[in-house]
Amino acid sequence: MTALPLTARLLREKLDYLLGPVLSSRRTAATLAEQMATLDRSQQDLVLHWVEVIAHSNYEMAYQFVAAAPVALKKLDTGAAEAWIIRAMDVYDREGLHRGSEVFRTIDAHPPSAADHAAATFEENAQVLALFACGLSGRRLQLDVSDEPHTDTETLYLPPRTAVFDNAAANFNLYKVLITLLWAQGRFGTFHVDVVAACANYADPQRAAALLSHFENLRLESRIGSTLPGIARDLARLRGNHDDPRLITLQSPDAVVQDSLALLADHYDTFELPVLPYRIALRPEAAATRAARMQRERSELAEALAQMLPEQPDDRKPEAAAADRIDIRAGLSAATGNMDIEVRIDGTSVSPPAAITQLIESIAQDAGEIPDDYLQAIDQRSNHQSGDETGPADGGDISPDEKGVSHLYDEWDYKRRHYRRDWCVLRELDVTAANDDFVAETLARYRPQVAQLKRTFEMLRDEDRLLKRQATGDDIDFDALVAGYADLESGMELPDRLLIRRHKAERDLAALFMVDMSGSTKGWINDAEREALVMLCEALEVLGDRYAIYGFSGLTRQRCEIFRIKRFDEPYSEDVKQRIAGITPQDYTRMGAAIRHLTKLLNNVDARTRLLISLSDGKPDDYSDHYRGEYGIEDTRQALIEAHRTGIKPFCITIDHEARDYLPHLYGPVNWTLVDNVERLPLKVADIYRRLTA
Amino acid sequence: MTEHFTDGNPIMATKISPLPAKALQTEARFIETEPYYEAAGNEIALFEAAYASQLPVLLKGPTGCGKTRFIEHMAWRLKRPLITVSCHDDLTAADLVGRYLITGNETVWVDGPLAHAVRSGAICYLDEVVEARRDTTVVIHPLADDRRMLPMEKHGELLQAPPEFLLAMSYNPGYQSVLKELKHSTRQRFVAIEFQYPASALEEKIIRTETGADSATAAALVRLAQMTRNLKGSGLDEGASTRLLVHAAKLIARGITPAAACHGAIAEALSDDPEMLQAIDEFASSVF
Repeated sequence: MTALPLTARLLREKLDYLLGPVLSSRRTAATLAEQMATLDRSQQDLVLHWVEVIAHSNYEMAYQFVAAAPVALKKLDTGAAEAWIIRAMDVYDREGLHRGSEVFRTIDAHPPSAADHAAATFEENAQVLALFACGLSGRRLQLDVSDEPHTDTETLYLPPRTAVFDNAAANFNLYKVLITLLWAQGRFGTFHVDVVAACANYADPQRAAALLSHFENLRLESRIGSTLPGIARDLARLRGNHDDPRLITLQSPDAVVQDSLALLADHYDTFELPVLPYRIALRPEAAATRAARMQRERSELAEALAQMLPEQPDDRKPEAAAADRIDIRAGLSAATGNMDIEVRIDGTSVSPPAAITQLIESIAQDAGEIPDDYLQAIDQRSNHQSGDETGPADGGDISPDEKGVSHLYDEWDYKRRHYRRDWCVLRELDVTAANDDFVAETLARYRPQVAQLKRTFEMLRDEDRLLKRQATGDDIDFDALVAGYADLESGMELPDRLLIRRHKAERDLAALFMVDMSGSTKGWINDAEREALVMLCEALEVLGDRYAIYGFSGLTRQRCEIFRIKRFDEPYSEDVKQRIAGITPQDYTRMGAAIRHLTKLLNNVDARTRLLISLSDGKPDDYSDHYRGEYGIEDTRQALIEAHRTGIKPFCITIDHEARDYLPHLYGPVNWTLVDNVERLPLKVADIYRRLTA
Repeated sequence: MTEHFTDGNPIMATKISPLPAKALQTEARFIETEPYYEAAGNEIALFEAAYASQLPVLLKGPTGCGKTRFIEHMAWRLKRPLITVSCHDDLTAADLVGRYLITGNETVWVDGPLAHAVRSGAICYLDEVVEARRDTTVVIHPLADDRRMLPMEKHGELLQAPPEFLLAMSYNPGYQSVLKELKHSTRQRFVAIEFQYPASALEEKIIRTETGADSATAAALVRLAQMTRNLKGSGLDEGASTRLLVHAAKLIARGITPAAACHGAIAEALSDDPEMLQAIDEFASSVF
């Protein structure tokens, strides 16, 4: 039995509540509610659910959604509707309200087809597709989404979803084919000429570009066919296995983009474009990106080769130009599809480092070969340097302070069940060292406890020792032998445990402590945290485990901060002590990004066991973006799951009395502990660590 | 189900008769037939010169690129017995040199593989030497420099290696672990020969010779391997080795479809990650 649809009045009440901030006396929810009343109950529930979710991000988006939903839901089934919503929200995240709401308004522009239930989305397959693109040879390529498949030669833009066929595998396959075609454009020289400019000379540049794109696809298909016959078969099938005799020249392995342009000139007026399930755009960005890259790589290559060049012996005439000493041949081998690269310096063949090989490959991909003037750039470079020593360095346009320290991290939106891409901006900062006697005072106050702690930890220290009476071992255990011999004499059997084995200490673990530096720790919690860290460091120094300490805080997604207190490779020095003393409460607790960043750091350490231990005083929380509550908890949980998946063991020490309500959900039933008395925190933390690792 | 078992116990019916497994000498082993090896460069000449000059040899390279096959080939070529020790993280110096065992009323000294090799003038090959305990360097160092001596402390003996003896080790520099690095004091005693995956034409030839695969299959497998090698550092620690390609080609030769063979022999051997497995399967469907 299905529930009855909600009435317009009831719906209006709900919408008034959900959309309050964007409604006014002139813009009421009345019409929206009336349209919604025509839907059946399950559809109404779907709309209400998503309105709430979207309103968390933006009320106007939610309003636009409700306005579009009744029409859309008559056309789309649930799966397709959700895909539509997710896509709109992705566009909103990336390009803002205007473009995002456009997706809602232009539902008619993307008429749903029968294949919708079998659609493949970029989001779902991003990981596999990225790996696939990475496996293709040549320059490393990024993937991103765009309504029209195209490439700027460094990023391949793919449609957010493919729903051409009525089975999911075929729709996925379309992605694979598109990636390969876009990759082939860069690999096999589509952009060796400025194709967009070439099309601009025709009466209808759009038609010219579409024709050229089609011709290029045919040319690339035959190039792909020699190395990736599986994909070429797919391509042929997609275009109906029909070979147009006019275009036969494109099937030659030597065909280049100029051949496609020549065909375009011949057949511009008469050729009829076949209808294909995909259409690849040629965009002007490609030419611009290529030109910028060629300029950059020209100077990079000159720099790299100049460093490879051995010093010339003095007796040689100094004019021997670098360009005459180096010879580089690079070209695509038609048979294997590989780039063959040969570098000769002073007549002998050398094998350059991988970075230079990649550079040469990238240049050859853009220019078809290594142009002679690239080698001359080496000499121009040295002249330039000797003439003007204080001149700006090459590539000075990148400002390292900006690029070097900020990291982007995804964030999990549990309501959308998707990541928000590159959502959090995280910076690593140093704690301002405090120049006081905090550490010395702490040690003085807890002197007996510190001594006790050190003794306990010494007992834990795994040392090399001899194991006696072993069945296998390096040497004879004479005590056991004498005893055994006596047994033998008295008629018993000689025992087999007669050897000594050396036991090697193998306490191979690394621990990273992440300390809550949010504003809520202000006061005695902060003191207790700092004291706990002092005690912990004393204990860990005895134990010899590798450890690092980082603080975290944040104020909105744009300002997540990680504070370095002690890095893994840093000894427990005066500086570290002063930094511990200098830990001061900051802002909020956006934990997800912090966990993701520290996971990355911890994974750089080689250890059999890697522990991520957080010291916290409460739930994840942030000032805005609804991080407080379930969203923050779910994002943190997702970040912990990611960490766990990479082999890290997360653990949490908390002083929040309500921890029982949410920590088991975050860390699992046992991987957390509550210290209910803050004063005891300094003594407990080291002890917890001991139990955890014993 | 039950009527299936009425006429006699099916388990008893199939009597297991032992197959004549060839018992190999566990230690020194003469290689009687030529192991197939395709030289990629001058490694054979280099090895022979090092052997003649009584210099120990270090074979560097990723797994499955032919290091072990090369050493077998060289042992055959030089007509010396080969003793291979696969090093593991519990392998100590005593495991290499030897130890006393107790039998009945007396203790008996038993040579370890390294001592055995020194005495018999064999080639001793320590496979993946970085895996072994650090204390093995104590016995490797004096043997690997011009002293060519093996101290057997517990036995109170100092062995001088005959000219026929050769110490060889293998080492995979691809491990990105700081703990798995060879110490300089060790590596600088060796003549190092670097192994890489063979160039595509050579790798195709190896696959064809090892498995009888046709050249189209071999070429496709090599391209697949190159695609996985592009993923090194982006999800894979190592790309597909020549050994895996040979496995896949053997399965294909038995009538398994290329997709299934590549999945079993290559994808599953490289990764457990479902997305990576799918990506490798997509490579396979692209190259075949």
